[in-house]
Amino acid sequence: MNNPVAIVKGAISLVIGLGVTIKAFFSPVITTQYPRAEINISPRFRGHTKLVGDKENPDRTLCIVCGMCEKNCPSGAIVKVEGEKKEGEKKKTATSYILDFTTCSQCGICVEVCPTDALAFSAEYNRAVFDREGCHFDLVKEYEKRKVH
Amino acid sequence: MNEFIDKILGIVGWEAIITIIGLVGVLVVVVVNALILTWAERKVSGHIQRRIGPKEVGPFGLLQPIADTIKLIAKELLTPKNVEKPLYFLAPVIVFIPVMVSFVVIPFDARLQVKDINVGILVILAFSSLSVLSILLAGWGSNNKFSLIGSVRSVAQNIAYEIPLLLALLSVVLMANSLSLKDIVEAQKGVWYIFLQPIAFLVFFIAGVAETNRTPFDLPEAESELVAGFHTEYSGMRFALFFLAEYTNMFIICAITTTFFLGGYQGPILPGFVWFFGKTYLLVFVILWFRWTFPRVRFDQLLNFSWKLLIPVSLLNLIITGGILKL
Repeated sequence: MNNPVAIVKGAISLVIGLGVTIKAFFSPVITTQYPRAEINISPRFRGHTKLVGDKENPDRTLCIVCGMCEKNCPSGAIVKVEGEKKEGEKKKTATSYILDFTTCSQCGICVEVCPTDALAFSAEYNRAVFDREGCHFDLVKEYEKRKVH
Repeated sequence: MNEFIDKILGIVGWEAIITIIGLVGVLVVVVVNALILTWAERKVSGHIQRRIGPKEVGPFGLLQPIADTIKLIAKELLTPKNVEKPLYFLAPVIVFIPVMVSFVVIPFDARLQVKDINVGILVILAFSSLSVLSILLAGWGSNNKFSLIGSVRSVAQNIAYEIPLLLALLSVVLMANSLSLKDIVEAQKGVWYIFLQPIAFLVFFIAGVAETNRTPFDLPEAESELVAGFHTEYSGMRFALFFLAEYTNMFIICAITTTFFLGGYQGPILPGFVWFFGKTYLLVFVILWFRWTFPRVRFDQLLNFSWKLLIPVSLLNLIITGGILKL
């Protein structure tokens, strides 16, 4: 304690510390004011899966109701994939695709096995529900909603 | 009407009326200062951590302290079961009165001073050392081990740091040849004492930070070990009084530093009180800056620092100052 060299060295280190904090004080803020502003989600972000629309016919999705995703899902999160054959079309059209998000672990096997690349990860991260039933997302309905916007 | 006023003046006298107006003014300054400092502390801490800090209530979150005050007033005053009731109730009141008295003698401007007492600095030092008593009462009365440890630490710390505080001020008093704060400010017309007494300034400021229990000397209320220290058992407005006293003490230490070392209200062009408050709040900012830079010292380090370094240095400084003045 009474070593003058140690005291001077300690004092210098304190001044250096003050320099570090004052630099941070005048640096720009790095937090995002969440509900007021949102950050850009990276393209590889894994939200829940979504159905991709058919570019030639935006009324339908690329899903052909083959059921591959349902069979391959390790958690059984894909509850129901149903569809119908419309007049004048070769392939089936999905009418309901229910994803149980309570068990989905976003492993991406369904996205990989899909023969028509109809599934993709969405970038949605701030979805809140009130009960378990709210976690059963109907991806076809969601696609319809996206189409309107 | 005029006769009535004359009558009252005849009974109480001008002196008393001026004092009462001054006291009301002091009360306003104390409260507004505490509101500003709570806001400033949160804002400074935010920006040092590269956040924004309060921003929702009012522009730049300026009304946040008012919202906090309303919350604290609305809270229930909880009294734990086994407290020493008289001491427990008395402590928050006692902590607040001495800081009010200290304001009376501080010269905010050449003519803006409630009372210029010729032993002004003694008044401040005497009353500010009373706050230790209230901390001890709070710790003892709370019947809680955290409170007691916190307050005992506070007593040891305050005794240790009052000595260098006094010795540092004494060397300035020697140079100014007066104990009145106004005379000391007037004596700094040419050169501020920070340039003539840099060591005394450093010692005084460090000891002042320790006296107000601020980081890195905040052992009496060390959150990580003692919950909240001496005010663990206090809630609502009683807690708010401790809080108010802490911020007011901080202001007083900075105001005394300004008065003794930075030329008080002296400065060119702008009116005196602007200079006074500008300098004082600059020092307050430095204390806030300290808080978010330095880690808390250990208790043995704290006492060693005072007894083995600050006291010898300030004593030596006093002797040298006295010697030079005699020559």
